[in-house]
Amino acid sequence: MDFLRPASWEEALAAKAEHPTAVPIAGGTDIMVEINFDHRRPEYLLDLNRIELLREWEVGEENVRLGASVPYTQIMENLRTELPGLALASHTVASPQIRNRGGVGGNLGTASPAGDAHPALLAAGAEVEVESVRGSRFIPIDEFYTGVKRNALQPDELIKTVHVKKADGPQQYSKVGTRNAMVIAVCAFGLALHPETRTVRTGIGSAAPTPIRAKEAEAFLNAALEEGGFWDNGKIITPSIAKQFADLCSGAANPIDDVRGTAKYRRHAVGIMARRQLGWTWEQYRGSGRTLEGAA
Amino acid sequence: MRVNFTVNGRPQEADDVWEGESLLYVLRERMGLPGSKNACEQGECGSCTVRLDGVPVCSCLVAAGQVEGREVVTVEGLAEFAKDRAEHSGCAAGTCGTSLDAAKRWEAKPGQDSQTGEGVELSPIQQAFIDAGAVQCGFCTPGLLVAADEMLERNPSPTDADIREALSGNLCRCTGYEKILDAVRLAAARQERQGEAV
Amino acid sequence: MAGTTTGIPRDVTQNHVKGGIGESTLRPDGTLKVTGEFAYSSDMWHEDMLWGQILRSTVAHAEIVSIDTSEALAMDGVYAVLTHEDLPAAKNYGMEFQDTPVLAYGKVRHHGEPVVLVAADHPETARRAAAKVKIEYRELPVITDEASATAPDAILVHEGRDDHHSGHVPHPNIVHRQPIIRGNADEAAKRADVIVTGEYTFGMQDQAFLGPESGLAVPAEDGGVDLYVATQWLHSDLKQIAPCLGLPEEKVRMTMAGVGGAFGGREDISMQILASILALRTGKPVKMVYNRYESFFGHVHRHPAKLWYEHGATKDGKLTHMKCKIVLDGGAYASSTASVVGNASSLSVGPYVIDDVEIEAIGLYTNNPPCGAMRGFGAVQACFAYEAQMDKLAAKLGMDPVELRQLNAMEQGTIMPTGQVVDSPAPVAELLRIVKSRPMPPERQWETAGESADVRALPGGLSNTSHGEGVVRGVGYAVGIKNVGFSEGFDDYSTAKIRLEVINGEAVATVHTAMAEVGQGGVTIHAQIARTELGVQQVTIHPADTQVGSAGSTSAGRQTYMTGGAIKNSCSIVREKLLEIGRRKFGSYHPAWANAELLLEGGKVVTDGGEALATIADVLEDQAVEVEEEWRHRPTQAFDLVTGQGDGHVQYAFAAHRAVVEVDTELGLVKVIELACAQDVGKALNPLSVIGQIQGGTTQGLGVAVMEEIIVDPKTAKVRNPSFTDYLIPTILDTPTIPVDYLELADPNAPYGVRGIGEAPTLSSTPAVLAAIRAATGLELNKTPVRPEALTGTL
Repeated sequence: MDFLRPASWEEALAAKAEHPTAVPIAGGTDIMVEINFDHRRPEYLLDLNRIELLREWEVGEENVRLGASVPYTQIMENLRTELPGLALASHTVASPQIRNRGGVGGNLGTASPAGDAHPALLAAGAEVEVESVRGSRFIPIDEFYTGVKRNALQPDELIKTVHVKKADGPQQYSKVGTRNAMVIAVCAFGLALHPETRTVRTGIGSAAPTPIRAKEAEAFLNAALEEGGFWDNGKIITPSIAKQFADLCSGAANPIDDVRGTAKYRRHAVGIMARRQLGWTWEQYRGSGRTLEGAA
Repeated sequence: MRVNFTVNGRPQEADDVWEGESLLYVLRERMGLPGSKNACEQGECGSCTVRLDGVPVCSCLVAAGQVEGREVVTVEGLAEFAKDRAEHSGCAAGTCGTSLDAAKRWEAKPGQDSQTGEGVELSPIQQAFIDAGAVQCGFCTPGLLVAADEMLERNPSPTDADIREALSGNLCRCTGYEKILDAVRLAAARQERQGEAV
Repeated sequence: MAGTTTGIPRDVTQNHVKGGIGESTLRPDGTLKVTGEFAYSSDMWHEDMLWGQILRSTVAHAEIVSIDTSEALAMDGVYAVLTHEDLPAAKNYGMEFQDTPVLAYGKVRHHGEPVVLVAADHPETARRAAAKVKIEYRELPVITDEASATAPDAILVHEGRDDHHSGHVPHPNIVHRQPIIRGNADEAAKRADVIVTGEYTFGMQDQAFLGPESGLAVPAEDGGVDLYVATQWLHSDLKQIAPCLGLPEEKVRMTMAGVGGAFGGREDISMQILASILALRTGKPVKMVYNRYESFFGHVHRHPAKLWYEHGATKDGKLTHMKCKIVLDGGAYASSTASVVGNASSLSVGPYVIDDVEIEAIGLYTNNPPCGAMRGFGAVQACFAYEAQMDKLAAKLGMDPVELRQLNAMEQGTIMPTGQVVDSPAPVAELLRIVKSRPMPPERQWETAGESADVRALPGGLSNTSHGEGVVRGVGYAVGIKNVGFSEGFDDYSTAKIRLEVINGEAVATVHTAMAEVGQGGVTIHAQIARTELGVQQVTIHPADTQVGSAGSTSAGRQTYMTGGAIKNSCSIVREKLLEIGRRKFGSYHPAWANAELLLEGGKVVTDGGEALATIADVLEDQAVEVEEEWRHRPTQAFDLVTGQGDGHVQYAFAAHRAVVEVDTELGLVKVIELACAQDVGKALNPLSVIGQIQGGTTQGLGVAVMEEIIVDPKTAKVRNPSFTDYLIPTILDTPTIPVDYLELADPNAPYGVRGIGEAPTLSSTPAVLAAIRAATGLELNKTPVRPEALTGTL
């Protein structure tokens, strides 16, 4: 095993180009477990801790530019207004110690369906900026997850920045685990209302081979909200709409049975979370309409 | 590979480090600082918690090579760290590291003290853990102390829910946590009284 | 052995004016533990030490066809690669049955069984070498439950058994069977107005102590070995280790290294023999440390159990009879399964008066992970079931569940199903009254001043799943009975060596025992007893080792009773010897030396009237008094193998819980809001640590109620969740307030009246939580842990 310690982003890209099998390590919260338990012995570890720009974020007009290594603690403390869904998701990540080290880049790099950030990124609408010595490109989040623990990255590419749309409406996020803290998701759900475009987006974690959106549910809800004039009249969403939305979210899930839970439970729980979050976000929208911080 | 970093204010060097070694292993097996504990090595118990540039992290999940040039505080340096902080009150986390003089005085002392250590200077949180009966087997204690000390630095008057949240990454199997809560409340109360006295 | 060892335990001295028995006293090792200087077994270090690594079986049941170690041996930095062929002497060990191979030979019987042993100069080198060993297995069908174990064509897990239970068991795959028949259950059933039956399943729990199995073996010049390990019972280890090394016991010098929790999981051998073999083979010190994954394979677990119960009662709530069958899965090796069977059987009736019973408990050999001691030892599984039955019965009778329990509660003088008379206080009804009379915790604690909810107070916690939706509160009660000490005729004793001398003009007592301090605070108690008995301030605790006689195990709630009793006893002999010296020296100066009751207090010899006769220092001068004595509790009897009759237990302990839970009934998530406990402790020698023990035991019971289970694949008998990611134990956010009330009703047979306290709270905590969840949901819930699936109909 070799330990590569690039001092700059350019050096990191060069190292990754030279050693495409090199495994990037930032927070270390995934890869070090695999090393400690002898599950993995990469030829090269590529340390990204010395690269300042990965730990920086910038709030722009439309988007937040979030460095891949910005720790979850920073997101939940500093970006609650701009990225409420992701801030809530960050709060559910493992433990304070892990939140101090891990960042969204790790979740994306590992691309585990159980990564806590994915549903929030899917719901908010994000683009992943990846780069190699060949240049950089933006991958829409919907195209990023390509299989179980697989993503759209080329072997020489590194994740640099995640561009997330600033919230223009309420967002929520929940995950189900069998412990009240420090737990891996049995399944997770994120919902974002986008009043400017009069759309909703969803994200489902740990209930399919990859993180997914419940697109049919979104389409149904978009139509139902439009049809009922809900965006304008701010009326309470009828229970039948909420139920149908929840059922469609459940139906979008394609989960498995494993030690953490049954497929049947996961599908059920996704529906409950979807219904509750629709209630929470819609109440927020109807109320101030502009109280965008996560409620928890 | 070789790794240089500062531990409890004192520069340290480790040689022939295997690239897959964790900071925890280097502290425990190469630097004679076994206070940080190896209970799970997967970031699920917090017993290896140290401060890395002021931030509490699981040292089992930090690759040794990532610590090059950085500052680490372990339970062995906690009393000194807390004392320094009290003397330079108001300084932010991570910037109130050990002074150069203190660093020179500090020595690793694995297993050196055969006494109970009565008379040894402890940080408020360490003393509170003893007084409240928060220590049983003690294996979780070092990590809890580092985490609780850092919480009290940020949040000197925590609610019970705050304490629970801040310590939710530290497992304890002996105590049922009640006396750990007592200890943190006690340390906070004593700190407050001390603050009023100044 | 040349070179420096660090982490060797040393004397710990505590100087307290107060700190006698009955006073909350701080731990003598507290400062070492908060400064990180207390050396645990995994902290042991020696210059030039090697690292030991075990290669474990990847299958549960298979013949070993071949093992090829050549590639591993050829690696740089590798000092030894050993198989069973390299074992120096006895190939098997075990606490009750010698059925466990040091390294597997012939076949492997469970997933994760040690097969090959490696020593190398770095743990990674050792791991890489182990990975290069090639083992060929021919897989066998797996035996995983009673049906497959006792099927007509079942493969025998152990061929040719010759242990002390092999003669009477109905099948060789049954480790032990203990029936208890008293009265006539069938006849009594005719008097019953209502009968309830139930089938219950208790999952496999792990001790999950935080300090992993570890230690250091240092080869000695005399051909022996110095071994530093974390264990619950040094002398039991020694008896098992020496024959496997082919050494006399005196050449295996064991010292207790710091123990990071135990809870039963360190009563069996883990790495002790293997590290010693490597050290003797390589001539170098060898350190072994399991990681968390390996730890799940490295110790026995709590027996999973299936329990069938039938209870009957008259319409006014008097229990008429009970029938039960308890099947405990012992896994591949016996460990303490036979004793767990005895406990489950003899305590299966719970703390109730039932004259007519028909009880059967069996322990199986299977290819599942071996199971043995864990806090509560057989009584936990039974309590979960009989308490569920009590609630069922109360519901059927339309009675308050606490009243039903109180109506049938045993008391001093009650006869157990074994025929044993409960001859010391048994305040079962009172304990229930205490927990029931506590004020209820406030409702809806998650509500905050603003609109949002504090999710930390809700089921789901930080995961933000509910802001109050679907949340229903439930309250449940349970009470349990646990035996204290080693039962069934076992010669249970402890040894204490006490030295009293004068150092710098002050009397100092040194306490030397082999007691395993696993966190319970025994060292604190020892110093307290020495202070009380010898009237000194300064007490030195000598490290526990095999240079003194056995203390027995730190388990079964026995250690304060037993080693505390031994210290009390040895101290009283020391006191007599000291007074004898005093009489010789000063007797002629004061008549009180001859005719008064003399005590030691404040460093002086005083009369019972309070008159000081001399200081201890004056009496002893440069003399030291030293005594090493064994001490025994009253004898017990084996249970009759047919009727189960016999005075099998030393002492009984009782605790009751009230659980208040809030359940998110839609998502099936549980938040325990409060778990109040009342327990009779006989005498609280150290109130601070009594409460700590009760809270800790309560929390382990909570864990098994809602989250803890080792999941074994029934098709392959392989463990599916050997990590802290998937074997969850409660965090501080899962653990509620645990108010504790304790009674001090002295047991006249026990030193100071003490009653073992560590285990009872683990019993009733689980069924109380289950009862509360049932109350909140209306579901039957016959299995631990309660998973969200069970609460939402999504299994």
